[in-house]
Amino acid sequence: MPDKLKNNKKQLQNQPSNPSRRNLLKNVGLVGAAAVSSAATGNLIAADSGSVTIDTTANPIREALEVLTAEEAQILEAICDCLIPSDENGPGAKEARAVHYIDRALASHNSDARQDYMVSLNAINDFARETRHKPFYELIKDQQNSILLAVQNNKIPGLTPSASGFFNMVRSHTIDGTFCDPYYGGNQNFVGWDMVRYPGIRLGASETDVSQGAELEPNHQSAYDHATYTKMAINMNDSSTSGGSHA
Amino acid sequence: MPKRLAKTDVVIVGMGAAGGVAALPLTNAGLKVIGLEAGGWLNPRDFAPDELRNGSRNWPQSVPKAATEAPTVRATSADTAVQGGHPMMNAVGGTTMHYWAQSWRLNPWDFNVVSETQQRYGADRLPAGSTVEDWPINYADLEPYYDKVEYTVGISGQAGNVKGRKNPAGNIFEGEREREYPMQPLRSSPFTDMMSGAARQLDWNPFQGPAAITTELFDGRPPCQYHGFCNKGGCHVKAKSSTAYSVIPKAIDTGNLQVVTFARVTEVVVDNNGKVTGVNYIKGNETFFQPASVVLLASYAYENVRLLQLSKSGAFPDGLVNNSGQVGRHYFSHHQGAPVTALFDRDLHNWYGLPAQGVAIDEWADDNFDHSDLDFIGGANLWVHTDRKPMSAAKMNTFGEVRNWGSNWKAFIMKNADRTNTSYIQKTTLPYEDNYLDLDPVVKDPLGFPVTRITARYHDNEKRIAAYSQAKMEQWYLQAGAIKIRKYGVGNVMGASTHAYGGTRMGLNSETNVVNEWGFAHEAPNLGIIGGSVMGTSGSRNPTLTVQALAWRTSEYLVDNWSSIAG
Repeated sequence: MPDKLKNNKKQLQNQPSNPSRRNLLKNVGLVGAAAVSSAATGNLIAADSGSVTIDTTANPIREALEVLTAEEAQILEAICDCLIPSDENGPGAKEARAVHYIDRALASHNSDARQDYMVSLNAINDFARETRHKPFYELIKDQQNSILLAVQNNKIPGLTPSASGFFNMVRSHTIDGTFCDPYYGGNQNFVGWDMVRYPGIRLGASETDVSQGAELEPNHQSAYDHATYTKMAINMNDSSTSGGSHA
Repeated sequence: MPKRLAKTDVVIVGMGAAGGVAALPLTNAGLKVIGLEAGGWLNPRDFAPDELRNGSRNWPQSVPKAATEAPTVRATSADTAVQGGHPMMNAVGGTTMHYWAQSWRLNPWDFNVVSETQQRYGADRLPAGSTVEDWPINYADLEPYYDKVEYTVGISGQAGNVKGRKNPAGNIFEGEREREYPMQPLRSSPFTDMMSGAARQLDWNPFQGPAAITTELFDGRPPCQYHGFCNKGGCHVKAKSSTAYSVIPKAIDTGNLQVVTFARVTEVVVDNNGKVTGVNYIKGNETFFQPASVVLLASYAYENVRLLQLSKSGAFPDGLVNNSGQVGRHYFSHHQGAPVTALFDRDLHNWYGLPAQGVAIDEWADDNFDHSDLDFIGGANLWVHTDRKPMSAAKMNTFGEVRNWGSNWKAFIMKNADRTNTSYIQKTTLPYEDNYLDLDPVVKDPLGFPVTRITARYHDNEKRIAAYSQAKMEQWYLQAGAIKIRKYGVGNVMGASTHAYGGTRMGLNSETNVVNEWGFAHEAPNLGIIGGSVMGTSGSRNPTLTVQALAWRTSEYLVDNWSSIAG
């Protein structure tokens, strides 16, 4: 594994404000009393199957599922983990939080796809229950992969716009959510960019930078770490950038 | 009734690549110009280096007008047209805000396709069904205007032929130019150096292409920073020589240009005698009539044609200046598809850099090679460039090695994301009898006006060039060490394109052309038309610089002949 990925993995584990799913699951035992106290501090995080837990090390995180139901999010999480798995080669769509990205995208830019997600995620889950007697997200990886392959090959009924059409869309959105600018809720901790060894956004790239290729140290910056692109620019004094003055 | 505004000398419809250039000679000569623009002002803060927003979600194109007026497309008149996207954007500066900025001169052959082909190969070699004509002007007629645009807008590049002195560092096939470019070309990269080396081994002549991008301090604008978000992204330092940063501010500084933003022109108005009197436009909830002595249409090819077709009157019942039935004819879009993709066994270091930072091969373009034993005329410019972003890199072709998801795929992209390259091959494309633009009988824009309908497909000549040039491109990649190659289909339907031509073609014959050799309508002398819609051939390279040179020439002609044209 390249050093960069190792570093990133370490960073992930040491990142208290971004609890991984693994940490959440470890804390499931805290349901009950903890849920009560966390409600008092507003520190609630929804986890699997209706159970509620908190990450006691985390700063407050306020996140809604804007479109997906809790179970749809679980189905989608399992699909994304098949598409870009967390495996011996490092983190994948799960750590990138592709599902978080997709949920937000379905509430905004990709709202046209909302109905297709609702119908198709549930059709996949129904198929899993009918053929394997468990919800999709509780199947083992091999079983999930074989169902997903059937979806890709248009062999599963009830999906819209079609099984293969839904597959292509969810694959594309999972890639978007894994490799996009982290502002959009995916590519958490830059795991996607590190995966393909993209050294990151730079406002300028010298010949020396370019010649280093993937050996160039990743800078782990969002476009929106640059004040000029944020909604309220810190320094608006540069009137030469304001085309409006010509109007 | 539209609110009648004070009369102006010239109204320009569209403040983009063409209209922005046209405004400068007019305002320098003291004419009062009103520039109507459907979009607004953008500035460098609007173009974050954001692949998702700009590239995938098409933010530049989704601003105001164009997105809601996308043409419908069908291959033949027997098909039903379906609405697609619109590749252009509305803003002051138009699509020059976010284009690749490749800024080529056409080669001399492109102006004389008919006579050159007849002379060298015989008249029977002109493709069946093509309506191609020689342009009414030659390369030499346009050379001074290419020069003016290069030095005023700000083009970087390497000349290959200054006053007949050939320089193999540039394009040895280009027409004779008066002088060098005002700026040196964009720098090469490890990848383009590798491709140039391979080309030389094949005895081809590689060269850095020309770009409307600064490479040194130019006119107060800093040089390119190579951050790599050029494609569908504006420049964060104004290194991209958009008309919004070059000619339009100069025209405003004369005090003679007033830019009106968010103005949607709905009609070119004529009097009872068929003389053009001005334009109607909507801004906010109001409709205005802007009277003018001269109207210059400077919107994109689809919109120039559509506005004429929508402007019906007693004098022009089938649309303005369409009494010969030529508006919308001779339409074509550039064959820029059918690329070749290669996989290499080493990283290419292409994470930074821009589409205009590339290397060209012109050996197989135009009539630069002998076509005696071939079954087509014209050819293709081969282009490879730097530019890679993580989302599109992850969506790379898998060359049949792995299924496109799962652990094996993940391992594949981890290894190969920076090891692939896709070429850009621009081909000679010709107009044909059965390719045209008209108004869609069903689909309308939000104001209730029909959108443009494209009925067009590539013919055998274009498809044969595609196959021929793909073979050359494959040869080039293999010479450079590519280990796998994929070729895409040679194409059929001509969809809405960033390189759209014809519909108001320029020519001496008023029976087959809409505008004369100066860009003024045969049927309405005080209506000028500029933009890709006047071009009768495409050449094998990007059209913008030619559009801009023609715009300058039309504008200068108007200044020199003001009293006879303005009447």
